[in-house]
Parts: sequence; C-alpha cells; structure tokens
Amino acid sequence: MKKLFFSVLLCLCIPMAWAADATAPKHKLDIGRGGECVKDPQWMRKNHMHLLKHERDDAVRKGLRTEKHSLKNCIECHASTKDDSVIAREDSFCVSCHSYEAVKIDCFECHSGTRKSAWLQRNAK
Amino acid sequence: MSDIDLTRRNFLKTSAGAAAVAIAPGMMLFQVAHGESEGASSKVRWGMLIDTTQCKEGCNDCVTACNKENGLSGETKTTDSQWIRKIEIKDVSSGRELSLPMMCQHCEHPPCVDVCPTNASMKRADGIVLVDKHRCIGCRYCMMACPYKARSFVHEPLSDQNPDVPRGKGTVESCTLCVHRIDQGLKPACSEACANKAILFGDLNDANSEIAQKLRTVASTQVRAELGLNTGVRYQGL
Amino acid sequence: MSSHPPMYFKNHLYWVLLAAGGAVALAGLYAVHMMEHYGHIISGMNNQIVWGIPHVFAIFLIVAASGVLNVASIGSVFGKAVYKARAPLASLLSIAMLAGGLTVLMLDLGRPDRIIVAATNFNFTSVFAWNVVLYSGMFSLVIVYLWTMMERRMNPFNKAAGLAVFVWRFVLTTGTGLIFAFLVARQAYGSALLPPMFIVLSFAWGLAVFHVAQTVIYNWNEKTLDPAILNRKKNLLGVFVLGSLYMVATYHFANMYFAHQQAFELFILRDGGMYTNLFWWGYVLLGNVLPLALIFMPGMGRTRCVMAASLLVVLGAFALLYVFIIGGQAFPLNIFPGYEVSSSFGDGQIATYTPSLYEFLLGFGGLAIAFIITTVSVRVLNFMPQDKPYISD
Repeated sequence: MKKLFFSVLLCLCIPMAWAADATAPKHKLDIGRGGECVKDPQWMRKNHMHLLKHERDDAVRKGLRTEKHSLKNCIECHASTKDDSVIAREDSFCVSCHSYEAVKIDCFECHSGTRKSAWLQRNAK
Repeated sequence: MSDIDLTRRNFLKTSAGAAAVAIAPGMMLFQVAHGESEGASSKVRWGMLIDTTQCKEGCNDCVTACNKENGLSGETKTTDSQWIRKIEIKDVSSGRELSLPMMCQHCEHPPCVDVCPTNASMKRADGIVLVDKHRCIGCRYCMMACPYKARSFVHEPLSDQNPDVPRGKGTVESCTLCVHRIDQGLKPACSEACANKAILFGDLNDANSEIAQKLRTVASTQVRAELGLNTGVRYQGL
Repeated sequence: MSSHPPMYFKNHLYWVLLAAGGAVALAGLYAVHMMEHYGHIISGMNNQIVWGIPHVFAIFLIVAASGVLNVASIGSVFGKAVYKARAPLASLLSIAMLAGGLTVLMLDLGRPDRIIVAATNFNFTSVFAWNVVLYSGMFSLVIVYLWTMMERRMNPFNKAAGLAVFVWRFVLTTGTGLIFAFLVARQAYGSALLPPMFIVLSFAWGLAVFHVAQTVIYNWNEKTLDPAILNRKKNLLGVFVLGSLYMVATYHFANMYFAHQQAFELFILRDGGMYTNLFWWGYVLLGNVLPLALIFMPGMGRTRCVMAASLLVVLGAFALLYVFIIGGQAFPLNIFPGYEVSSSFGDGQIATYTPSLYEFLLGFGGLAIAFIITTVSVRVLNFMPQDKPYISD
C-alpha cells in the first residue's frame, strides 16, 4: 500500500520536472537604458549584492552617500524604458534574474523600484 | 651570477605587481567611499528651535509638508504613521493655550537607541536619530521607550515610496529630520513649509549659526528635560 | 467499563490530544502567515498599543518557565528529596514553556524573517539583546541539567548544574522584569520593583503550572500523590501566591504615594473600566483570593482543590499581565505634565485596543507548542516523579 502511494507520488513529479525544464531557458531581461558605470556586467552579476550591502550601511549609518554606488542611480539607468521600474514585470531588471535564481529580493519591501525622475514627474503636483 | 640576479629581479617585479593587484580594489573602494562624500560629522549637531508663540492653532502646514516629503498617507487612524503631529496644550491651572508640533526630538542620549536589540535605532555622528531599516526586526521596543511617542510602526505593505525615503511594512520609523535633504544641503521640509518661520533649523554646535545665536538670547526649554536626554529639538515660549 | 480505562483507549486519547495540540499550533502558524502577508494591520495592535495579546502569552510562558524550575532548585540546591524527584518534570516544563514563549515573541516581530539579524547585530545596552543570551543560555543549561539527572554517569555533576540553573533563572527573570523597568518614560513601568516582582510572580505561576501537569500525569498513570507531599506543595503554592500579591500591592501602593503617578493608579484601580475589572475580579479575586481559599480553608486542599487553585492562579496571571502590559500602554504618556493635551496621535487620550483573533491564535499556538513538547516527552521518557516512602526532611 505504502509503496504504491509513493510510486504514484513519484509519477506526479515527472511532469513537474518537464515543466521546469521547459520554462528555464526562456530567460528574458529588460536592462533598461543599461550602460557600464561601476564594473563590467560579469563582475556586477556576481558582486552587486556585496556593493549594495556595504554601501547601504555606509549611507544610512555614516551618511556616506556616493553617486556611483547608489541604489537610486542603479535604478535610474536600469529601470525599464517602458514602465520606469526594475520590479514591475516578470522580465524587469531585478526580478528576471532573481526569480530565475530563486533568490528573494528584500530591497523593494522598503525602497522604491521606480526611476526617481519618473516618480518626481508623477508626484510633482 | 647574472642568472640569479635576473630571477631575483623578476621575483621582485612579480611580487610588487601582485601586491598592487591585491591592494588596488581596496584602495579604490576607499577612494570611492571617502572621495565623493564626507559623511556625517560629529562637529555638527543638527537641531531645531520651535517658537510656539509663532505656531498657529489649526495650522497643519508642517505636518502636510512632512507627509508629502516622506510619502506618508496623511491619514490619522491608530495604525497610520505620523512622523510629526500638532499638539494642542492647555495649562490646567492658568488656562493658557498653546499649539506646537511634536516629532522625534533627536536626543543626545536617545532611549530608543539604548533599548534597540539590533542597533537598528541609531544616532548619526551629526546627532540625527534614525532607524536603520535594514536591521530593524520590528520588535517595537523603541516605541515603548520613546518619551515623546515619536515613532510609528508600519502596519501595512507599502508601495510607490519616495525613492529618497525608503519605508516598509514591519519596521519602525520616525522623523529623520529629512536626512536626505540635509545631506543635499537643504532644510527639513517642515521648517521650510512653516509660513511663520516658527521652526528654525540649524547646527547647534556652530556658535555663528542663527539657531545657536537665538538659543543664547531667548529662553528655550527641552520637553521632558527631567529625563536628561538633551534633545536636539528645543521649544521657545513653552 | 471498569474504573480504569483500557490501554487502547488511552493510546487513542494520547494521539487525539497530540493531534489537537498540533491543530492549535498549526492555527498559530496560519496566524503568523497572515500577519506576515497583510502586516500587523490585521492584529488589534496599533501605534499606541504596540505590544498586545501575543506579548501577554509570551511573557506568561517565559516567566512561568523560569518559575517552574523552582521545584528543581529546591531539590538540587537545597537537597529536599521530595522536590528532587520532581526536578526532571520541572525542567521539562521549563524547556517546553520557554520554547513556546520564545516562538510567540519571535513570530510577532514585524520582520520575523530577519531573526538572524538579531543574532548577528548585538547592542550591549539593550536588555532585549541580553535576554537573547539569557533565554538561549537557559535553554542549553536546563538541557544539560536534565542530562545530569537522567544519565547515571552524569549524576555527579547534577549539583553543579542545578546551582547554575538556579542562578541563571534568577538573572533571566530579572532580565524579563528589566524590559519594563528600563522604560523610564512610561508611568506604568520604569520601576526598580519590577524585576523582584516578576521573580516572585514566576514562583507562583511556575508552581501552578507544575501542579496542573503533575496532577494530570498522576491521573493518567492511575497513581495518587502522597497526601503529605500534596500538603507540602499546596502550602508552598499558597505562600508564593501571597508573596506575589504582596509584591503587586507594594508596586501599586508605592505608585499611589507619588502625586505624579496618582492619575495612572486611579486609572488602573478605579476608572479603567475593562482594566480595572480585570485587575480586581480577574487577578485579585480569581487569581489570588479564591486559590488561597481553596488551599488554606479548612476542609479544602485536596487534590481537586489544589488543581482548581492552580488553574485559577494561571488565569489570574493572564489577567494581571493584560492589565500590566496593555493597560500600562493604554494610559496616555504624560509628555506635558500639568497640561491638558490633544492631538491626532492619541495624546492625552486612553488608547483603544481590541485584540484580533489572529493574536489569540498566535498566543494559543505558543501554548500548544509547550503542550506538545511536554506530552511527547512525558510519553517517551520517564518523567514520572519517583517518590521514596515519604520522610519529612
């Protein structure tokens, strides 16, 4: 009885594995305006979180705000040209990779994912 | 002989190169961190002097300006954040009435910083008391400890925050003295919005600043001075 | 059916109890999930009442967890055989309640997902941070203490471990009291009397919980507790209840004497509506007078009376904590002494608080965790007190 139950369970897993396979390679990414102001993309892919983490402590606790390593400026260039956001869609700059890698992004619980210039325009009244 | 010399020279060259490679990124980070911005300095102590005689009852301009600047909803349900609020007070014995704004007093010895288990509540070198929301776990002990009820807890998920003012569900927040404006050389929004110029902002440590000069000439009080917290926000005419 | 239920019935009952406990714990987890998703807006807590029902449950569990060890200490440190036989059960209850209480406390955080931050960033001036060390230290110490009792080869270290636990639990309850004692700005708290008050309260609450657990275990195993032992323990409970009542009375009496505290005391003791009722009817009458009568009145003091008294003490504990924690926050903070104040942020007004179902689910979830740990451990290990023929020592 138990054996049967487990084999049924296992069978159920097979289509799931197929499904995962099918979706994986289609990995679309909207890099917004893009550009290379900090380091090359390969380096950034691997290390951006360390920069963000180090700089956030400096910015909040010591008031050391840098142009180059500011999250706001990352968003300024990398927000989509369509909706001014790095998180609004499936293929938005931050979301796309993070969902592919299954890593939760904590930044945008508090930080705005919208380009500041666009936000200012919208809230100018 | 020459063989050995050559290898030695090569060895020195490569090791110097290797050392340079090893140090360079660190140096670069150092330059980036210290070259572009000096950060908060302990030579400065930001503060405010609030002239209650100039503060009009019923006027809410400072509150509205704060809400707009920091992206607060402006609603006043018990679960909504209020960084600055107008308090109407009436002396029980004399009947004298006053209206004044109340917000984080940016204490020199802030109880919220003492009680915070994770150092999320912290005082910047220039005297601004902040919540580092990267560390706040939302225990609300600072809200219990604050003698001014200056802090609010974010009860709901937020979206579309001001890019300069990150705020989010499950963390505690309060008046930042508009730290994002101060770091750009601007005044806090409430101070700028007050038509009667009742909120004077400046550096308490700079003897030549307007605020320091005024504090020398007029009588001012700290709210709950008996607690000995040495607040950065002072009141005149209280 | 004979007077003793058959074995298979008890087996069934065990699984049913365990399932019930599991269901309540799951309901608690569901509440946590909802609070995580929607935020604390779905709780009754707000910017005036920042700590609510979950904190009442958590602090009860933590204080009782420390107090229940009293039974063990009297055995190990002061060498009373009757208590020594009960030390393993007391330690187990302590671990179970500590686990339940800490779970509630942790899951009520605004960002429980960041609990690792609390472990890696340490503010040494924060009594909360000290408590992180005190609670986890207590947990490990009690486990070691249990080990020295249950493993024969470790027995020689029992006395030392017992002493360590004894000292640690005093410091721990002091730490719990200090959470409130350090709140200098609030009328209800900021008193050096609170740590000793919490210690004496912990004695009463811990012993009450112990009595309940012991009575149930004896009944389950169809044993009767030696009346002489019962008598000693019920008298001890009575003394502890009296002691805690004395501490609470002193705290309020001292406050009454200070002119600037009178408004607050009148609120709690006379005008507070719900809080006043809970204090007098819930804590004083149900939590103290009635249990004392059940223990000391002539003709009372049998197993059933002691069980009822213990349950009432626990009930009174919840009433007191509700008044202390929530009533203490409901009374407006006095920012401008001598002035009448009003604002949009509840200045000068009694704060309102209506606890939501989710808060209760979380609180009962904590109780359920303590219940499950106790039930499973009692079944798989030998925690039944083994009394030698009673000799008065």
